[in-house]
Amino acid sequence: MYAALWRVLPGPWWVRVLILLVLLALILTALVVWVFPWVQTFVAPQDVTVEKA
Amino acid sequence: MLDMTEPQGEEAPAASSGTRLRGRRAAPATTGARRPRRRLSVVGIAGEVLITAGVLVLMFLGWQLWLQDIIVGNQLHQQATQQTKEWDKKATAPTGGSNVIPVSQAPGNAQTFAYLLVPRWNQPGQADYYRPIAQGVGTSDVLNKFKLGHYPTTQMPGEVGNFAIASHRSAYGGNLHLIHQLHVGDHIFVETQDGWYQYSFRNLEYVQPTGVGVLDPVPQTPGVQPTDRLITLTSCNPFYSTAERIVAYGMFDKFYPRDPSQPGGGAPAEVLKTVEGGHS
Repeated sequence: MYAALWRVLPGPWWVRVLILLVLLALILTALVVWVFPWVQTFVAPQDVTVEKA
Repeated sequence: MLDMTEPQGEEAPAASSGTRLRGRRAAPATTGARRPRRRLSVVGIAGEVLITAGVLVLMFLGWQLWLQDIIVGNQLHQQATQQTKEWDKKATAPTGGSNVIPVSQAPGNAQTFAYLLVPRWNQPGQADYYRPIAQGVGTSDVLNKFKLGHYPTTQMPGEVGNFAIASHRSAYGGNLHLIHQLHVGDHIFVETQDGWYQYSFRNLEYVQPTGVGVLDPVPQTPGVQPTDRLITLTSCNPFYSTAERIVAYGMFDKFYPRDPSQPGGGAPAEVLKTVEGGHS
């Protein structure tokens, strides 16, 4: 999978590394801004108040 | 490339095994760069997918339990310092002195009307603790929006009785993450448009999720007429669980009226740097 990605990328090795770093930054941003907050609504403890039974 | 393909085109298919051998032997001698390609294997891809999934889960945990609360804490601190400056602009010089303890009307649901400052919870390398308090304890409109929520059935800051608020212990800003680290006498400040209400931490209590007695005007003593002004903080306990509730009580000490002529709008010295946007 990752080896195939490396072969698909154009240019010399340092261009490929640069493209990968940019890709990684985009993916991390998307995760932190959209994906993780959405996942959190399913897994985090939601009840912090005291309420009548 | 041409060297490799041309013989294949000219020779009969039967000779293909011979060409392949020749090609493989020739490769290191000619270019040295061409390594034999590894075929994509199902197991290989599955392995990479699993490793990626594992890394994603670890990253999520790191974000949820650590990074998120730092990012959120920073944003909330910035919002609070902006709000306090706006309140300073609107404020007029106090008339009543510090003996008059103003009590505001309860605001509309989910409206932010106060900020909580607890010097004990300032962390080195992070923005000082300065978090919004909104009306109501709704999950989607207040608590999951990184705010502390005011139980609407309880009193307002400075009012005789009990000002009770709730927030997440971890994740969603983790506004009460360090509630268990309060020391007796630690100051808890509630800032409103009018000024700063100073409470002193008194004790912790652990109750069942149904322990609504902590919200009574005199906690755990229903029907008794209150004479003191209290603050009550509730969150979940233990960490990452909702099995119990941890409750912190504070007793009202004094009120610092907002005074635009003073540095930081007349904020108490203990939180002056925090209010002005710096670190204490």
